[in-house]
Amino acid sequence: MHPVLKTVLQRLGLGLLTLFVVSVVIFASLEMLPGGFAEAILGQGATPETVAAFNHQVGLDRPATVRYLEWIWNILHGDFGYSYAGLGGNIKRSVSELIAPRLYNTFFLAIMTAVVAVPLSLFLGIMAALYRNSWYDRIVNTITLTTIATPEFFIAYLLMFFFAIKHRWFYSLSTVSENTPLLEHMYRAALPALTLTLVIVAHMMRMTRASLINLLASPYMEMAQLKGVPRREAIVKHALPNAWAPIATVIAFNLAYLVVGVVVVEVVYVYPGIGQLMVDSVSSRDMPVVQACALIFAATYILLNLSADIVSIVTNPRLLHPK
Amino acid sequence: MTEFEMKLKAAEKAVGLGKLSRRDFIQFVMATGATLAVAQAMFTRAARAEPKKGGTFKAAVGHGQTTDSLDPATWSNGFTFAWGKSVMGAPLVQISPKNEVVPHVAESFEPSDGAKKWVFKIKKGITFHNGKTLTADDVVATINYHIGPDSKSPAKSVLSELVSVKADGPDTVIFEMKGGNADFPYLLSDYHLAMYPSEGGKIQWDKGIGAGPYVLKSFEPGVKMTAERNPNYFGTTYFDAVELLSIIDVAARTNAYLSGEVHFIDRADLKTIDMLKNAPDTALYNVSGTALYSAPMLVDQAPFDKLEVRQALKWAINRKELVDKILYGYGSPGNDNMLAPSLKYAIQPEPVYSYDPDKAKALLKKAGMENLKVDLSASDAAFPGGVDAALLMADQAKAAGIEINVVREPNDSYWDNVWLKKPWSLCYWGGRPTADSFLSISMAAGAPWNDTHWKNPRFNELLVAARAETDEAKRQAMYAECQQLMHDDGGQTVLLFNNYVGALSNAIGHEEAFNTDFDHDGGYMYERWWMA
Repeated sequence: MHPVLKTVLQRLGLGLLTLFVVSVVIFASLEMLPGGFAEAILGQGATPETVAAFNHQVGLDRPATVRYLEWIWNILHGDFGYSYAGLGGNIKRSVSELIAPRLYNTFFLAIMTAVVAVPLSLFLGIMAALYRNSWYDRIVNTITLTTIATPEFFIAYLLMFFFAIKHRWFYSLSTVSENTPLLEHMYRAALPALTLTLVIVAHMMRMTRASLINLLASPYMEMAQLKGVPRREAIVKHALPNAWAPIATVIAFNLAYLVVGVVVVEVVYVYPGIGQLMVDSVSSRDMPVVQACALIFAATYILLNLSADIVSIVTNPRLLHPK
Repeated sequence: MTEFEMKLKAAEKAVGLGKLSRRDFIQFVMATGATLAVAQAMFTRAARAEPKKGGTFKAAVGHGQTTDSLDPATWSNGFTFAWGKSVMGAPLVQISPKNEVVPHVAESFEPSDGAKKWVFKIKKGITFHNGKTLTADDVVATINYHIGPDSKSPAKSVLSELVSVKADGPDTVIFEMKGGNADFPYLLSDYHLAMYPSEGGKIQWDKGIGAGPYVLKSFEPGVKMTAERNPNYFGTTYFDAVELLSIIDVAARTNAYLSGEVHFIDRADLKTIDMLKNAPDTALYNVSGTALYSAPMLVDQAPFDKLEVRQALKWAINRKELVDKILYGYGSPGNDNMLAPSLKYAIQPEPVYSYDPDKAKALLKKAGMENLKVDLSASDAAFPGGVDAALLMADQAKAAGIEINVVREPNDSYWDNVWLKKPWSLCYWGGRPTADSFLSISMAAGAPWNDTHWKNPRFNELLVAARAETDEAKRQAMYAECQQLMHDDGGQTVLLFNNYVGALSNAIGHEEAFNTDFDHDGGYMYERWWMA
């Protein structure tokens, strides 16, 4: 079997197993947390009587194992179930309906950020490797390390202060809805995307730089230099192909972060992404929503890691054509 | 009033109604020798003073979750509560800024049988947003939705005294209670009790169709709600549309205000309030309400079962310092009376608990409880700054020889596992419109939220008697005694009354006085404010 295909199938199989384990762990953790959905929603207004009525309406008065089995049975049939919120009324809010627009927003922001951040950090990294220890190298390193070391909410506040309050070039709020036109969506999401770019550039840029510099010391690079290949060409043609594997891993890692870990930026800019949804659902113990979010997050990691592996196989002839 | 003053008043009125131009008004005022700046300021003030229609009001609040729903029985936060009061919903009655109950969907209400039976006449010709006419059946269905046996609504405990509600013809509703309650109409101002259209005795809330001033246009849970003016609204409202944003992060909320995206934010950051106060065209929304932060002691558990211990702790806390350090001065110290001074029948019981460690020491000595050690369960879930307040109290009590051990409890399950269960904890109480409604749920024996387990027979006797008493003077005396008892004997330590503090743009006009029973002008800001 072709090695790429084999890896993909193997990983997907393991991925399914991972997803199952994740769902069990998340469910068990939610069960172990004190309080329940009714208490969380009713807050101080929860009396034993109202809590019991609420739990009965939502079906939370049944044993945990029954609820889990029912949930997983539905998942296997492609039904993510209904959010506990609003259950008991005539309109049920299906989890997929709840998640879809937010997932779209999250992917929108992630892609928008990635389109800027990935080429930018590759470019900065390659240049830094090329002009190692120059002023350029030092300045880029200092700036990117500063932005990654600054907490993201603080970067967000700074950007907001300069670009939304001092100079009203951008909106301080990124509230978008399904009806927001594409261009306005991009405009509204500009500051969050910029914030995230500043947060992730350093990691990718330094990895690019480090793996290239690592290779520059190898004998074949010396050979290239000896036979008179210009330095720039040597890096792009000879070093970079060998450096793709670690770079792809770091890029995949950062992209996954863009999907699953940006709740702080979402909160600061009031951007309706999936992170806020998951946090709210955890604090209110809305199990079906939490589970669906967790599965999406886990699947994101699995798929992105898989693509990173595929990149490293494809760019490495030794792995691509095994004897 | 001189002739000029009368003319000025008339001119101001004309400006407010938009009938006199800026130029004419300023010329008129300057003719009396006033400077241009003064004249212009007078014009701006006059122009804002008269309500007029139009504009989109945008507000950002520090509440709201993705689990919020249109189900009125689940409303419990600052994002949803006002929906029932002045957005989609219209309750039977409203509370005025003077804390009086005024008919709203109801046309009038009359007590009979010692205030045990209340007859409500419903206004004729009110229609829901879908065009259906509001009838007594809808009122009955709405109330039953909240008090029914399988109800999950917090309004159930508010109306626990209610036995039955019946329609008598298309526009009369009869409420019957277990005991007399002269304040019953106040209870119906509860924000859960907005009227909904019904069919076969069941209400339909799914589409947000009510009878209120605004028709729901869009609702994204935890993000945003927009609504447009209801052209057939039976009351008065000014904005063409309202937008409500949920911005939990206080810095983001402040930025939204400063960058001009919203006209109003609630729960301003008190640490940076001075900067916000000086922002251009900004007025602080600073209202001393009926909400309070407290530290309830369970009086049936040692050592709080001893009166001297309770009183010693009350003297050992410096409430003034708590107000200054926890609220940056935006509040007032409590005096272990749950009723805020702005409520009807509220008194200030003597002696006022000030900080007196020596008195606390003496009390403990009398009880033979010197070197008292107590645990105080604290969390920021109880109120913002809860842990800080507890640590401050521990420090203050040292001078009286009391060791308060602050136990930090997790935020998540605070209301389930700590409050009402630990011997001494922290708590907050939102506003209640009347003495009876507040004391009945928080201090009466057997009330589910009696967080001190205090069961003073005299207090409970007075509470029930005062509820049905229609003689004002007698009622006043009864409530005064109730408050004195709670102050002297109760387990409730009322630390402070917190103000509602927000930022309000000068672009918004409003009446002089705000409601004090809830934040957001008592929840009526959408209906009562206007674009200046």
